[in-house]
Amino acid sequence: MEKKIYLDHAATTSTRPSVVEAMLPYFTEEFGNPSSIYEFAQNAKQAIDDARQTIANAIGAESAEVFFVSGGTEADNWAISGVIENYAKKGNHIITSKIEHHAVLHTCEYLEKKGCEVTYLDVDANGMISLEELENAIKENTVLITIMFANNEIGTIQPVKEIGAIAKKHNVLFHTDAVQAFTHIPINVNEMNIDLMSLSGHKIYGPKGIGALYIRKGVRMKAYIHGGAQERRRRGGTENVPAIVGFGKAVAEAMPKLESEASREANLRDYFIQKVIDTIPYVKLNGHPTHRLPNNANISFEFIEGESLLIMLDMKNVCASSGSACTSGSLDPSHVLLAIGLPHEIAHGSLRITLGEKTTQEELDYVADELVTIVKRLREMSPVYEDYTQEKIESVIETKYNLTSKL
Amino acid sequence: MYTKKVMDHFTNPRNMGEIDHADGVGTVGNAKCGDIMRIYLKVENDIIQDVKFKTFGCGAAVATSSIATELVMGKTIEEALKITNDAVVEALDGLPKAKVHCSLLAEEALHAAIWDYAQKNNIQIEGLEPPQDTDDYDHHVEEEDDFE
Repeated sequence: MEKKIYLDHAATTSTRPSVVEAMLPYFTEEFGNPSSIYEFAQNAKQAIDDARQTIANAIGAESAEVFFVSGGTEADNWAISGVIENYAKKGNHIITSKIEHHAVLHTCEYLEKKGCEVTYLDVDANGMISLEELENAIKENTVLITIMFANNEIGTIQPVKEIGAIAKKHNVLFHTDAVQAFTHIPINVNEMNIDLMSLSGHKIYGPKGIGALYIRKGVRMKAYIHGGAQERRRRGGTENVPAIVGFGKAVAEAMPKLESEASREANLRDYFIQKVIDTIPYVKLNGHPTHRLPNNANISFEFIEGESLLIMLDMKNVCASSGSACTSGSLDPSHVLLAIGLPHEIAHGSLRITLGEKTTQEELDYVADELVTIVKRLREMSPVYEDYTQEKIESVIETKYNLTSKL
Repeated sequence: MYTKKVMDHFTNPRNMGEIDHADGVGTVGNAKCGDIMRIYLKVENDIIQDVKFKTFGCGAAVATSSIATELVMGKTIEEALKITNDAVVEALDGLPKAKVHCSLLAEEALHAAIWDYAQKNNIQIEGLEPPQDTDDYDHHVEEEDDFE
């Protein structure tokens, strides 16, 4: 295929042209500082208020509870560090999971070094936390539960409503990183008892460099970035008005078609997964089979390594992602794949495909067909596959996962 | 990220495959780290008549194995043993820092194959060490930040 097939929407999305169009006037004509007094700058201020209201409506919150930040990472940092700082009198214990985004995990590890106590919950083979283990982990000094809404790598959706109920019952604050779930899955902060929630613009066809932290009214949260009186004195710095406008526009466009688009993408996702399973032997779907993001397919190919697979796909104009160590720049493959119990050799051979609003069945057919050739070629090059064919080793997919190769 | 030479050797690997009844076979690396290299040698009169490889690993791992086979083809055992990982990196016009370990693996795979050949033929080669168990071998080096 001549044109690029972009299947890495969990990494980032393009900014939708209508979003760019909505942003443009705020670079040039409406460039005023929203904090300025004169009439002209009030247009910029109004645009921020409108975007804030749109985002609040999308999650069932009040606009005063939405704070703009630079992105999901800042929102995660602020939420966790903020609770630890503002609730120091109550305690310093955080409960999280082993499959969180690094913005959460590394913040927790940093706070641990500063003397906080952190419980990292295990997940099952599908990437689900155990509600019983969560409840048992709550102690007198627990101040925060931070569990992601849906996982960025394997797509597993956590039982957020049930987690919120447990948090409320024990009077512990609940933060969720909803960067991957937002505008893909319906979210209501009140029904789900969410106290803090991280959102991002560039995963939902908005611009990069913008996100939001939802903070429930009544949650004590002082400034994280010190400076001016912006964001109700909690996040100083002149607002990134064009990005905020773009973020609001992206949300406004996504919400009315949330269900129809989620169902369209989920159908395509299942079609693709089935096609790969039917045409390539020794493969395994990672993540929950049904409780998963509508746009996420994560598949391990035994006997091959993920980076090689990505380069070969790239040469066929396909952009995708992998949990192999070579793509993470560290010794181990993805912490998420290891947490769901994948042996290293299977984790190294993972491929993540994340669909978007422009993804077509034709594109997925092309990718699935190319995968057959690429996987076959890489297996021919693999000494591990050679050992398997000579019966020196067993297939992990067959022995550990009881997945028989149909081919 | 990769040089043209690396991409060329990754997409058109030279001497990929197996040698039946090879005179020496060496396998290094492990699945845990995500790199396994195997080199097969056919040796006659102390000269490497044929060499083939198989690699499980990233683009750099495939490319380093491929070029290593080119570098040793037709060489004497003594000459082949002199080929270092630096020579492999140079022949590929460079590797990203985080991937330099792949070139070490290629050198080790070659040495392991020669060791196997020497063992099978009761040949003593001065300075040639038996292949190490690479299970606990941390060859992944974090990219350095030279900001300070």
